[in-house]
Formats: sequence, structure tokens, C-alpha cells
Amino acid sequence: MRFTLNVRRYDPEAESPAPYWREYTVDVPENATVLDCLIYVREYVDGTLAVRCSCRSAICGSCMMRVNGQARLACATKAKDMQEAGEAITVEPGGNMPVLKDLIVDMDVFWNKIRQVKPWLEPVQPAPEREYLVPNETILDLTVAMNCVMCGACVSDCTSLEVDKNFIGPAALAKAYRFVDDPRDEARQERLEELSDYGGVYDCTHCFFCVEVCPKDVAPLERIVEIRERAQSAGVENNAGTRHAKAFEGIIRDSGILDEPMLLLKSIGMNPVEQMKNVPGGVRLLRAGKLPLASGPFHHKIPGHGNVKRLFEKVEATQEA
Amino acid sequence: MKYAFFPGCVSRGACPELMQSLTAVAEHIGMELELMETASCTGAGVISERNQKLADALNARNFALAEQTGLPLMNICSTCQGVMSGVNERLKARPEYLAEINEMLAEEGLSYSGKAEPRNFMWVLVEDFGLENLRKLVKRPLSELNVAPFYGCYISRPTDVLGYHDFPQRGVYLEMIIEACGATPVDYSGKKKCCGFPIITMNRENSLTMAGNHVGEATEKGADFMVTPCPLCHLNLDAQQPDAARVVKTPLNLPILHLSQLIGMALGIDDKDLGLNRHVVSTNPVRERVHALPLA
Repeated sequence: MRFTLNVRRYDPEAESPAPYWREYTVDVPENATVLDCLIYVREYVDGTLAVRCSCRSAICGSCMMRVNGQARLACATKAKDMQEAGEAITVEPGGNMPVLKDLIVDMDVFWNKIRQVKPWLEPVQPAPEREYLVPNETILDLTVAMNCVMCGACVSDCTSLEVDKNFIGPAALAKAYRFVDDPRDEARQERLEELSDYGGVYDCTHCFFCVEVCPKDVAPLERIVEIRERAQSAGVENNAGTRHAKAFEGIIRDSGILDEPMLLLKSIGMNPVEQMKNVPGGVRLLRAGKLPLASGPFHHKIPGHGNVKRLFEKVEATQEA
Repeated sequence: MKYAFFPGCVSRGACPELMQSLTAVAEHIGMELELMETASCTGAGVISERNQKLADALNARNFALAEQTGLPLMNICSTCQGVMSGVNERLKARPEYLAEINEMLAEEGLSYSGKAEPRNFMWVLVEDFGLENLRKLVKRPLSELNVAPFYGCYISRPTDVLGYHDFPQRGVYLEMIIEACGATPVDYSGKKKCCGFPIITMNRENSLTMAGNHVGEATEKGADFMVTPCPLCHLNLDAQQPDAARVVKTPLNLPILHLSQLIGMALGIDDKDLGLNRHVVSTNPVRERVHALPLA
């Protein structure tokens, strides 16, 4: 079967290095993967094409690249699923990492972030005489995060990393969760405090790209939300993220519906400099007739908001029991 | 065509023009809406980070309220859609968990069967009303206007939770609606990325950079305005646009319209009924262009 690939090329050793696109048509079996197509190109069409791959079985994570605009493992992506009528399959290197050559990115960015979260156990002391005992359900829970093959797909498509290289990023935060929730680890509180700091879990935007592109269903965003929950439960509260979540929960508990100005005030907290930054925005909203003030000075609760409050109390009562 | 209408928080808060325009469009196309006044916030993905069960219970209550009306549930917010779909999947997958939550709803006389299919206005418009029917009602085709679609994350991903398997075109509905209104969709890389709203109080710089980048890119690609089915995205892209421009150091002046406002303009609904005056970035240039267009 014939497939056409439009591949983004880049040679740092060229006279004037600059990315460019090159189209290749390959004749390969119908069930060929995108990686098969690229290897065909490298072997029979253009030996200068640089591709990184190893296992060809979606285990090693080496061949992560963007296919039709989304990070994928090329070895686990069928070419026929990517070929739309009359269109070439676009193949690019992963995002958010520097390109070394063609489809190969420098993974140092990725590994440095993994190292940043101290991906090793700090064993609880004193060590037990025999083995550390861990409940089966705990290990089953951690297994989700442990399934990561370190391919970097989530890092490639992370929208927070795109604007801020300081963000720890989805892969490293999912790895951090694996240690935060391991009962053998003694550094839990310290980890939660570090992960709640600038560049940590509260810089994630909930864009779900990491969930969408992860080839191993690690769902990093879900692990990030769990770290937030663990941190807030452990009293790590002196940050804008926790203030925001607490204020949000409190407002919904009392009135069933959001009060945006109050949420903003409470989320920012007692920081006059930060509060002042929001004054012009508030004035703009007022002038445009967009604030609820237009329909009266007080926040309106939903009818029967008492039922919402009682539901809060019931859920919390079952959890305390 | 009648729906249990879940309005969310923002259409009753900082985006009153969304409620205004949606109501006008619904009336115009013969869509009856039964307002779910007693429904609460979905939790917007925030309450779940304090207490997942609580977020699930709040949404189960909303689903039960919709079921009481005997009508399908329609929302008008990408974020509400994403949260509802996620919770619904969890409740449907675990009947014992749903039963436990139903016990808590019983005092209010509510019970959720697990059968609700919450859908956004954008989906309902394409899947129930149909674009052919919309085209027939267009009074003023928005020809010569280039419109940048902006979806919002919660209605774009995860695709398996959002029913893209059964409705693969959900990823291009905005473009389809823009075309049905006679306008030309603008393709740009930011259309399904994050607007930055969820972190505006946590990391203002990052949040505004995101908003500024998307508005800047859409402008560069020739957009006359942007349209979104998400009121939260609207807040960051419109209300924060002057600050976003300062952060990305680019002059920005791109009107941001709600989906119902785009449709309303094509249907020939009066500007004031669409709340087009309730924007931070003036919609006047768009309105002037539209009024200069010939009627069909």
C-alpha cells in the first residue's frame, strides 16, 4: 500500500541550519506502522533521515514523535489510520524539547525534570526486620504511574511547558505521585511541599493533552489532581492553588453557584500587590456590564441551595465514618 | 426539540451575554429550554481535587434533576461538558458507587439512573437540529468574514470520554458551524490548546501568555474574530486580552464571541438581544462588517 509522508527535517550541520519539509511516498504492507514507513525511507529512499527507535513494540518509548500534530509512538501508530483522503501524513519531532536532528529530540529536558522529583524511595526508618509490607491495593494504584515508558509524549504536548520551561511537567509529576503514595517512603510531606511550590502541580492547566497522548494510560493529569488532593489533606495550604480550591468549595457549599469576584479575591489572598493586578480587569468587566453587580450588589444563591449544602455534609459524613 | 437546560455558573455571572444570546437563538430556531434553576455548579474540575466523591455527588444530583424533567440534558459550557462526561463515565462504570451516591440524594427525593447523556449546545445543534436546518434559517450569510474557532480543553479531550468514537466529527463541529453561517474558519495551532483560565490566579504570567499567544496567532492568520463554546475561555481571551497583550508584548484587539452570538448574527437576530455590547474587546468592527453584508 502506498503512503505519503510529509516529514519535518532539520540538519544542525547544514551550511545554514533551518527546518524544512520533505515529502516521501513509500510502498509498504497495509498494516505498516508510521515507524515502518520511516525506516523504509531511511533504508531505501533517503539514508540521511534521522529516526530514533529500538523495540518496535511500544515498550522502549524511543520513537515518540508528532504524527498529524499529536505526540504518538510511531511504532504503535498504523499508517493507514493516519492517512486521510488526499492528505500526506505529517511527521514532526516531539515538542517542548530541542531538536537534535530531524525526528530526534534532546531528552535531557525530560530526564532533568524526572530527576528533579527525586525518583527514588526515601525508606521509612527504622527499617523493619524483614520486608516492608505494602497493601495490594496500594501497589495496584501505583502501578498506573509505574506503567510510564518515559517516551515523553506528555511532555511534548504539554501546554504549560510550552509557555514555561520551569514547570515540572506531566511525566515527572506522575512519577512523583508514585513515591508520594508509596507507604514505604518517608519523605512524603517534604515531597508534597515541594510539588505544591512554583512550577509544581498548580501550574498544570487541566488541558488533558497528557491524558490524550499517553500511550500507556498513565493519565498524568489524574495523578496531578491526586497529588493536589494529598497535599491539601496533608495541610500544605500556603499556595494560590489551595486557596483557590478551598474558596471554590466554600462558595459552592454555601450557594450552589460560583461567585466569581469573591473567588478571585479569596484565591489571591492577602497579597495587596497581586490584588492590585486584578483591579484593571475588574473595572473592565464592570464597564462592559459583565459583573453580577449589574443585576444587584449581592451574589445570588441558587433556589434550594440548602439541598446542596446538605449533600456536602452527607458526603463528608460518609468519609469521616 | 426540548431540553433540560443546565446553564452553569458563568452564564449567570460574568458572561450574562451568553445566556442572553443562547436564549434568543433557541427561541429563533424553535428549541425549548427548561431552565434547571436548582442545579449546582459541576465543580469545574476544582472540587474534585479536594474531594472527588463530592464532585461526583454534585453532578449525580444534577443528572437526577434533569431526569426528573424527562428531557435530555444540554449545557452551554465546554468545562461543564468535560466534567459531566468524566463523572458520568465513572458513575456508569461503578453501579455500587452510584447506589451509594443515590442513597445520599434520596432525602431530596432524587435518584440518578445512570442513563443521562449530557451534551453541549454545540453538539446538540449539529446532532439534533442539523446544520442543513441551520443553513435554511441563515438570513445574513457571514461571507467575507474569517472566524477563528477556539474549542476549550474540556470539550476536546479526553476524546474517549467525550464520545468522539461515536461522533468523530465533534472535533470539527465549530468549523462546520462557522461554515454553515457563511463564514470561513481560520486554521491555527492554538484552537484546541488551553486558554490559560484555570491558572489565572495561580500563575498569571503563564495564563496571560497562553491567551495572548492564541489571540495573536489567530489575528496573524487573518481572523476577524474568534468564537468559542466555552465561557471560561471567553473570560480569559476577551476580558483579560488587554493584559495578555502587555504580557506577550503584541498589540491585540480581536473580538471574542460566544458560539450563540455567531449563530445569532447569521440568523439576523438584533445585536442587543445577543449582548454584543457586553464585551471588553469591542465587537463594533464585526457588527459593522456584518450589517454591511447583504441579506440572503
